[in-house]
Amino acid sequence: MLTLETVFGERIGRVVRGWTDKIHEINIKYKTPRIKMSRGVKIALMFLRIYLLLLVLLLGYKFWTLLK
Amino acid sequence: MDFGSTFFYKYRRFVKTLKIYLFLAGPGLIVMLADNDAGGITTYTVTGAKYGYDLIWFLLLLLPVAYIVQEMTVRLGAVTKRGHAEAIFDAFGSFWGWFSFLDLALVNWLTLVTEFIGMTAALAIFNVPPVVTIVIVSIVMMLMVLQGKYWTWEKIAILFAALNVIYIPAAFLVHPSISEVLKVGLVPHFPGGFNGTLFFFLMANIGTTIAPWMIFFQQSAVVDKGMKEKDIPWGQMDTLIGSAFTVLVAIFLVVVTGTVLFGVEVESAAQAASIMMISNPYLGTCIAIGLFNAGFLGAICISLASSWAFGEVFGWAHSLNLKVREAPWFYTCYLFALVTAGGVVLIPNAPLVLITLFVQVIAVTLLPAALVFLILLLNNEEIMGKYRNTTLQNIVATVIVVAIIVLSTLYGITTLFPEWLM
Repeated sequence: MLTLETVFGERIGRVVRGWTDKIHEINIKYKTPRIKMSRGVKIALMFLRIYLLLLVLLLGYKFWTLLK
Repeated sequence: MDFGSTFFYKYRRFVKTLKIYLFLAGPGLIVMLADNDAGGITTYTVTGAKYGYDLIWFLLLLLPVAYIVQEMTVRLGAVTKRGHAEAIFDAFGSFWGWFSFLDLALVNWLTLVTEFIGMTAALAIFNVPPVVTIVIVSIVMMLMVLQGKYWTWEKIAILFAALNVIYIPAAFLVHPSISEVLKVGLVPHFPGGFNGTLFFFLMANIGTTIAPWMIFFQQSAVVDKGMKEKDIPWGQMDTLIGSAFTVLVAIFLVVVTGTVLFGVEVESAAQAASIMMISNPYLGTCIAIGLFNAGFLGAICISLASSWAFGEVFGWAHSLNLKVREAPWFYTCYLFALVTAGGVVLIPNAPLVLITLFVQVIAVTLLPAALVFLILLLNNEEIMGKYRNTTLQNIVATVIVVAIIVLSTLYGITTLFPEWLM
């Protein structure tokens, strides 16, 4: 079976596993947002998603123009 | 009571208030003076050289902007006893938490590189090799945190912050016409009409006033200092005094370059210092020392903001009150940031200009999120209780946050596509 230990070797694999376990633990700990998802909060978060998407598109466009 | 008794009573009261303030002063004063970091000093230098005293009125407007945003971090930190990174994870879940945390780590590291660029450029004027600057600065910064007390670190940082006011005596060295400064500087106007170049300068000045690391730094510092709800008024006063100083320093620097270099094409503060060194060595020295100090102050705050955020998210011990063996990862993060950022500056032909531009663009991806989360958190009754924002505070904060988001986004876009501005 393919494990982190077989890919990275015993020592590094254990370190990488430690990190992935920690990240998994953090994801579980903060799985449910504490803040109440009111209409205002939902709108604000939606705005942020759209904003970030537009920025990523702009960065992508810049990268594309540089390559051209 | 007679006049003498009243005076003595008021004097004693003032001294007592001052003593309490000096004991509690710290996060607000440090973050605000560190706001005038190497990038900020460069922006103000170039602004003064380009527009003279014309934009001083605009810098004054930045005082309430800086205060209102940073004051919210004081309340949030004192009430929740959590740093901003942890608060975002807790309130908005792991997606927004990871986004903010990873973005902050990247922006802070890139900004740290720019602080090292500023410090090496400043000391190069005195023929100090970059490697010597970076090694000495890194050692001093490590020693500052390794002494094991937040309070001691804070007071040393305040001493360095006090050096930031070097631009005030520098302004007196150039003998500006005070009536001219007041007449031209305090009347709101757009020199040469509202055009693309002026708009870029206005955006750059706003961009240097509020940076994502400031929000994370001050909130974490408030927590590490152990401030409680009852200390909030002192924290607010500290932030207000800090905001006043940061704007004052910016104005005096604009007066210096507006008097000496008005009309001269200047691209950086180090270049301005070199030019001034020829005509007035004292002035050139002041500007160079100020630039070095600005970079140093920025570096100590930014590297700490990152280390605190790592500690908060990964659950490691993260306090300046802890020894290295008690918080090894916290200090490792701090050292790692210093060594790698300093190392990049020493790489021959490293794309330092590209990094400087990239900082502005990446900061734009984090700033709106950090500000929006700040307002949402400050409006949550469950988290903030009676310390949540009032309606008036919300109106003012929302207007400011929307303005910052729009202008900083335009700044980022014009950095990416300068041809769109023309």
